Amino acid sequence: MVGILIVSHSKMAAEGIYELAVQMAGKDHRVFAVGGMEDGSIGTDAIRIKEGIEKANDGDGVVLLADLGSGILSSQMAIDLLEEEIQVEIADAPILEGAISAAVQAAIGGTLKEVVEAAELAKQVSKLD
Amino acid sequence: MATKIYECIQKIGDAIIENKDFLTDLDREIGDADHGVNMARGFTEVLAQLPQDETDLGKVLKKVGMVLLSKVGGASGPLYGTAYMKAAGPVNGKTELTLEDGKEMLEAVIAGIKMRGKAERGEKTMLDALEPALEALTKGLENGDDAQACLNAMCEAAREGVEYTKTIRATKGRASYLGDRSIGHQDPGATSSAITLEAIKEFYVENFK
Repeated sequence: MVGILIVSHSKMAAEGIYELAVQMAGKDHRVFAVGGMEDGSIGTDAIRIKEGIEKANDGDGVVLLADLGSGILSSQMAIDLLEEEIQVEIADAPILEGAISAAVQAAIGGTLKEVVEAAELAKQVSKLD
Repeated sequence: MATKIYECIQKIGDAIIENKDFLTDLDREIGDADHGVNMARGFTEVLAQLPQDETDLGKVLKKVGMVLLSKVGGASGPLYGTAYMKAAGPVNGKTELTLEDGKEMLEAVIAGIKMRGKAERGEKTMLDALEPALEALTKGLENGDDAQACLNAMCEAAREGVEYTKTIRATKGRASYLGDRSIGHQDPGATSSAITLEAIKEFYVENFK
C-alpha cells in the first residue's frame, strides 16, 4: 500500500491532520506524521522527515503532504538524503484536504500516481458549490 | 586539543550566535522573525555535537550540514544544511585546505543553494552575497593575489552584495509576499552568509597570518 506522510511545522497540526486522515481512511492505512522539531518547537527537520518516509514505505512508495515554506524545502532535502531507493512524490496540494484524499485513495489500493492525483485534485474542489 | 577546522566552525558559530538578535530583527522586517534564533539554535547544536578531534574536513563539514538540517527548523535549515554538505565535496578525505579548495567549495555551495532553493542571483537571497564573493575570490586567485587580499576582496564583495539586497524586491520565500515593500530592507540570509565569510577570513588572519 502507498504510504502517506504528513509534514507540518507544528507537531499538533501534523497529529491533528493525521487523526482526520486516518479516520477517513479506515483501519488499514500507512499514514504517518512528522510535525515540528524534535523538542516539540515549531519548525521542520529533514532528518526526521527522512525517517518518516522510510517508515511509511512498504515498497509501494510514499506520497508526502507538506505545509508551507521549509515544509517543502526540508521534505525535498529529506528525499535527497534517502539511502535506499524509495519512490516519493510531494503532492502539490493543501495539506489537510490533500492528506485525507490521499489516505482514502491509498487505502482502496491506489497506485502512487493515483494517490498523488487524488491529493492534487483536492486543490480544485470547491467547498461552497 | 580541538582541530583547526573545529576552531573555524566555532568562529563561524560564535559570529552567528553573536548576531542572533540582529538577524532576527532583519527577518522581522520582511520575514517571520526567526532567522537569527534558528541559526543560533543550529550552531549551538553544531558546536555541541561536532567532534573536536576529527581532521577529515569533508566529514566535519558534512556533520555540520546534518546538524543544521535537523536543528535550524526554518528554510535556512535545508539551505545552510545543503551548503555545508556541498562544501564537504571538494575536501573529502583532505586535512588541509588551500584557497583554491575554498573557491571550489564556494562554487559547490552556490550550486547546492541554487538547486535547493530554485533561486538565482538578484532575488534577494543568500546568493546575492555568495555569488559576488565567489567572483571576487576567483579574480583574486587569477591575479595571483595573496590569501589575505583574496579573502578581503571576497568579504568586501559579500558586504556589497548584502547592500545590494536593500535595493531589490524579494521573489523567493516569505519576503516575496511583501512585493515592493521588501525593498529598503537587507536580506537576512545574505547577511548571515556575509557574516559566515567574514568569520572565515578572521579565522585565517588569526591563525595563518
